[in-house]
Amino acid sequence: MIKHLLSSADLSRDAAINLLDIAETMAGVNDREIKKLPTLRGKTVVNLFFEDSTRTRISFELAAKRLSADVINFSAKGSSVSKGESLKDTAQTLEAMGADGVVIRHPASGAAYTLAHSGWINGAIVNAGDGTHEHPTQALLDAFTIRRRLHGLSATGKSLDGIKVAIVGDVLHSRVARSNLLLLNTLGAEVHLVAPPTLLPADASGWNAQIHYNLDEMLQQVKPDAVMMLRVQLERMNAAYFPSEREYARVWGFNADRLALLGAKSLLMHPGPMNRGLEISAAAADSPNSTVLEQVSNGVSIRMAVLYNLLSGERSIDNV
Amino acid sequence: MSKFLLTNVSLLGDTPTSVLIEGQHIVAIGADAATVAENSKGAHSVEEIDCSGLIAVPGLVDLHTHLREPGFEASETVLTGTRSAAAGGFTAVHAMANTNPVADTAGVVEQVWSLGLAAGFADVAPVGAVTLGLEGKQLSEMAAMADSRAQVRVFSDDGKCVSDALLMRRALEYVKAFDGVVAQHAQEPRLTEGAQMNEGVVSAELGLTGWPAVAEESIIARDVLLAEHVGSRLHVCHLSTAGSVEIIRWAKARGINVTAEVTPHHLLLTDELARGYNAIYKVNPPLRTQSDVMALRAALVDGTIDIIATDHAPHTDESKDCEWSAAAFGMLGLEIAASVAHDVLIASGASNWHRFAEVLSHNPANIGRLTQQGQPLAVGSIANLAIIDPTERHEAVSTQSKSHNNPYVGLKVGGKVVHTIYRGYFTKRDGTVAATGRSHTAEDTVATAKEKSSK
Repeated sequence: MIKHLLSSADLSRDAAINLLDIAETMAGVNDREIKKLPTLRGKTVVNLFFEDSTRTRISFELAAKRLSADVINFSAKGSSVSKGESLKDTAQTLEAMGADGVVIRHPASGAAYTLAHSGWINGAIVNAGDGTHEHPTQALLDAFTIRRRLHGLSATGKSLDGIKVAIVGDVLHSRVARSNLLLLNTLGAEVHLVAPPTLLPADASGWNAQIHYNLDEMLQQVKPDAVMMLRVQLERMNAAYFPSEREYARVWGFNADRLALLGAKSLLMHPGPMNRGLEISAAAADSPNSTVLEQVSNGVSIRMAVLYNLLSGERSIDNV
Repeated sequence: MSKFLLTNVSLLGDTPTSVLIEGQHIVAIGADAATVAENSKGAHSVEEIDCSGLIAVPGLVDLHTHLREPGFEASETVLTGTRSAAAGGFTAVHAMANTNPVADTAGVVEQVWSLGLAAGFADVAPVGAVTLGLEGKQLSEMAAMADSRAQVRVFSDDGKCVSDALLMRRALEYVKAFDGVVAQHAQEPRLTEGAQMNEGVVSAELGLTGWPAVAEESIIARDVLLAEHVGSRLHVCHLSTAGSVEIIRWAKARGINVTAEVTPHHLLLTDELARGYNAIYKVNPPLRTQSDVMALRAALVDGTIDIIATDHAPHTDESKDCEWSAAAFGMLGLEIAASVAHDVLIASGASNWHRFAEVLSHNPANIGRLTQQGQPLAVGSIANLAIIDPTERHEAVSTQSKSHNNPYVGLKVGGKVVHTIYRGYFTKRDGTVAATGRSHTAEDTVATAKEKSSK
């Protein structure tokens, strides 16, 4: 069992499938009338958010509460962080208060890794998004969503061998793309990246994925089982990554015409929140292919599985 | 007057001999030295120091040191920085201008110069800022700094690039009046906005904003052409890429008056080290790839790169003990440079001690116009020497700097500096840095170790 979840690369194929399987069980709990397990009673989980992200925070909060953990939300806004307290001091404060698990969202790439390896804190660290690096629970919930859609009730125990997934949009700045790429590789899926060349890494030779600049051609040639649309940050336009919203939407947005190119059973995914009319049109977002809301509910099951995996049982003695 | 007789010492790897030092000069070498020493016994005591197995090189000269004083004394002072220099075999350092206040007036450079004099561990040659406040908008009063007691000859906005082409042209032209040189920190600012590490495979994986090689190379290409056009002397700081080496090689073949430096860390470390997000490896320009390292090493050996300069950049613990993007750029270098040079030039078999002396002493002294530094190991020369044990492999530690951002922790390196002799005074002896520095005497005619040049 791993101590922290910092990157999708932390997960072996078996460990990833095991997490997805635990999430299936958790999904069963979430379908019950009493949506609660006593597993993490007495444990304290801190949601340490240095960036605004209501969705991710409440997803983790709900997951921890359904496992009966005590949850503290520590957000940088209005806390001492805005007065210039360092990550180190914040971490040591949480440690002194006895946090068993820290879920961290931070604008700096590597902040979760630094927190986990600095010796500042002993609790389990879950990376809930670090800068433009990774967001592993998003990748897990995406894999879970794909597996459920494609395999239904027989999903448990299955990998994503042979599944074709396309990730479309601002790959360069996307932690969702990085985490998905790694996890999809681990689970045996074939990954395609589609983006304007400005929004791809200058050197993506280290990545196990096929690169495309043309979304229509990719849809026709690859016939992906799932297409993940990435959120476009509007400040990218001002930094000259693309000329205008209109051009972006026309060339790389998912609209009704492209929906027609998508197989009936293929998934159209988005991590949310969506820019309707930019990277995804309303017709596409509300189509039967769209899994946007399933991703949200699956997110809770996945985060329950991760917290359960990291926090249940005794803390290892060597780190106390 | 103190007298030392170094015995069994190999000058630049040659057959061991003896060297007699009297006051701040080398007064005899070889059989002569022993005879002179013998004859003068009685009148003055001559202390004999056995240097069996050790190599003597001229005292090392650093063209690129951040001493942080005035303004950032929490990370380094002129005293602690020059003690670190002495520990590393240096007898002269050039103190970069990015202090607070910036070294852009005669007053500030004279202050730094006099702090160096008071410390007594090495000659301190202040570098003047090219532009006021390092802001890249208006030239600083470079002639005033050149004419000051500090006699500044090297001008740099290091830490920032003189990116405005017209301002760079004017600076290159202007410093000709006093035989100065502009040392450029080559970094195209627009191409490196928010940059955190080398742009490449590793930055793509880590999600850190890339600092592309082209941002360095495009400025160097522009600057060598400007230097050619106006017939000026240009020095390029801390080359970090294989492409920069190619441009410098081309420029030299064309006869352009350009010199180039490389840091110890760019000769040894790569961007793979960023993988743990340990900010001890965060530096500007960033650590590059292994093929860049190999190109830089080859260029150092073949003469395309003229010098090793440390870019010794002390930072407090708190500015490194944090998330990567919040951390400061820079690493220590004074106490490691000789060892890295030894491993790259000598232990590798790629070159020899003569080249070692060129890149760490003769050439940087010449670029900075320090006439009393980088002198040959010969009778009449000022006694600036570093004496090195080439066989001892040791932990790459930094002991004298006020800061601890030493990226070599845990590495074993060769070429240990045993003694450092600065103007006839042991600033380091038997591996230990002296408690106090050398007191300057009436004998020191020009205390900055520099003659005014009016070429």
